[in-house]
Amino acid sequence: MSSRAEPVTAASGVRKRRGLLTWVSRDGLSTFAFLLPLLLIFGTFSWFPIVRSFVMSVQHTNLVSPPTWVGLDNFATVLADPLFGKSIANTIYFALLALIFGYPIPLVLAVIMSETRRFKGLYSALAYLPVVVPPVVAVLLWKVFYKGGPNGAFNSILGNVGIGPIQWLGDAAMAMPAVVVEATWAAFGGTVIIYLAALLSVPPELYDAAEVDGASILQKIRYVTLPHMRGILFITLILQLIATAQIFTEPFLLTEGGPANATTTVLLLIYQYAFGSSLGGHFGEAAAISLMLAAFLGVFTAVYFWLTRSWSTES
Amino acid sequence: MKLQLPFRNSRKSLPSAQRGIISLADWHKRRIRWSVQSLHAVTLIGLLIVGLGPILWLAKAAITPTQDTLRQPMALWPNGFNLDLLVQTFTKVHIERYFMNTVWIAIGSWICQITVATTAAYALSVLRPRGSRILYGMILGTMFVPSVVLLVPLYLTVLNLPLVNIKLVDTFWAVWLPAGASAFNVVIIKRFFDNLPREIFEAAQVDGAGPFRLFWSIVLPMSRPIVGVVSVFAVIATWKDYLWPKLVLPSLALQPLSVRLPDLEGGIQLDLFLASLAVATLFPIALFLIFQRMFLSGGALSGAIKG
Repeated sequence: MSSRAEPVTAASGVRKRRGLLTWVSRDGLSTFAFLLPLLLIFGTFSWFPIVRSFVMSVQHTNLVSPPTWVGLDNFATVLADPLFGKSIANTIYFALLALIFGYPIPLVLAVIMSETRRFKGLYSALAYLPVVVPPVVAVLLWKVFYKGGPNGAFNSILGNVGIGPIQWLGDAAMAMPAVVVEATWAAFGGTVIIYLAALLSVPPELYDAAEVDGASILQKIRYVTLPHMRGILFITLILQLIATAQIFTEPFLLTEGGPANATTTVLLLIYQYAFGSSLGGHFGEAAAISLMLAAFLGVFTAVYFWLTRSWSTES
Repeated sequence: MKLQLPFRNSRKSLPSAQRGIISLADWHKRRIRWSVQSLHAVTLIGLLIVGLGPILWLAKAAITPTQDTLRQPMALWPNGFNLDLLVQTFTKVHIERYFMNTVWIAIGSWICQITVATTAAYALSVLRPRGSRILYGMILGTMFVPSVVLLVPLYLTVLNLPLVNIKLVDTFWAVWLPAGASAFNVVIIKRFFDNLPREIFEAAQVDGAGPFRLFWSIVLPMSRPIVGVVSVFAVIATWKDYLWPKLVLPSLALQPLSVRLPDLEGGIQLDLFLASLAVATLFPIALFLIFQRMFLSGGALSGAIKG
């Protein structure tokens, strides 16, 4: 027995003690070769910029003069900017509206669509079609729909029933809802497809069991379907909130933050600080806002998962 | 008796494994069936108007003179057709140039993403050098950093690459290379590699295959499905991206469609503008119709989100 075990221990001893030369000639160099693209690309375009954003937030950087350390001045400047509070309020307003318009619709649609017996593919293809349209095209197309005069596409429909014309994007009170409706149109199809897949995973025996107990259709949805969708519903909710907190293309192209800054979101403000024509070049301030937004999102997500941990795990 | 016969027929068309919320017994109550069917009809009409309507409107506007679109935007049948508009999107707007720029950006980003993701996943999943757990943790960590944090420092980085002092702005490299730093790609490909049977790797090693041979001849051919999924996501992301290419590609000769289209607005006639939008939408819709099942199965999407 002992003589058999000997070569094994000897071999492992050799493996432990192998030198740098064998490491390089065996597989060390090739392992390094496989890791090289990862290290170069992530190092340059992910890890380094993340660290740099912290450094920039306490520096005064504008590409013209060499960066100087300013401590927390950038944060103070931003916090004193009345537009900062306004942009946060706008972003929260956007997120709330997007939640009201956009969150229930895909769920209701998916539940209805999962019960169709014919043309199932047609339903989901139609729902997904807006997602396929490039976002920039969708925004520009809706900008044409939202045209303010009596001959704008939406106004001419409403004109038939004697409403309007409404200044969709020109009115400070209407602009944000108009942006949200466009963003909801562009995104709901993707969520519908996710929910349809989740609905397939509800075990059919549960519906049989609910029927034995005399459950009606609505009761089956309430007590079987929705509890089973809970996990995915919580995740789509937080993903939607994180996405709306970083909304840019829609307000930027539809309203450019106007009228009267009614649609200036946090990301639009960051853009204005860093790349805008009037402010522009204030990279430190822009980095400071980015970090505050990221910190808020991090805390918010952590609290969200902590609060919902008991509901989303049990099924 | 009347109830029995359709009951049997419909059971054939509806295997119990695929049953949904509504039971067969429900389905045979006239009131329920009527209301469910009308609900479906309303949904279908609603989806036709909401999903297809704007796209059909765009298709119509693309061949309608400006005055018609302005005066009666909702007219079902335009007063005149102007198929010349579609030709003008090429002769006047030169949409094909921006289209080709988008294609080049997509190809380059795709190559960069696939190269980084497959080699990294191979090293982390199969070769597993010392410290690979820490490395994987550092990749996972970037997934929790919202992209907004990267915007400004990444811009300054491509403006002047650290250590080598190369300016990437106004070259395609400024879009290609950062696209490769996708933690999402590395994670899903690594998870796929993790599930490949180790016996095959060991057999290949016994037969004398080195790490490169193992990667190129065994692992890559076995991972076609996941590479396909990542490729489709990569192309879609490029097609949709707006802010980043707008920032790093200021010169007209390099701009993709998504950056060029907003600048066209106001500079050209409305009819020609809408025709350009329509032409820009054709390609993604064609892609969608070809890969429809992949998009709609939701498997890739939900798998990514559940993970």
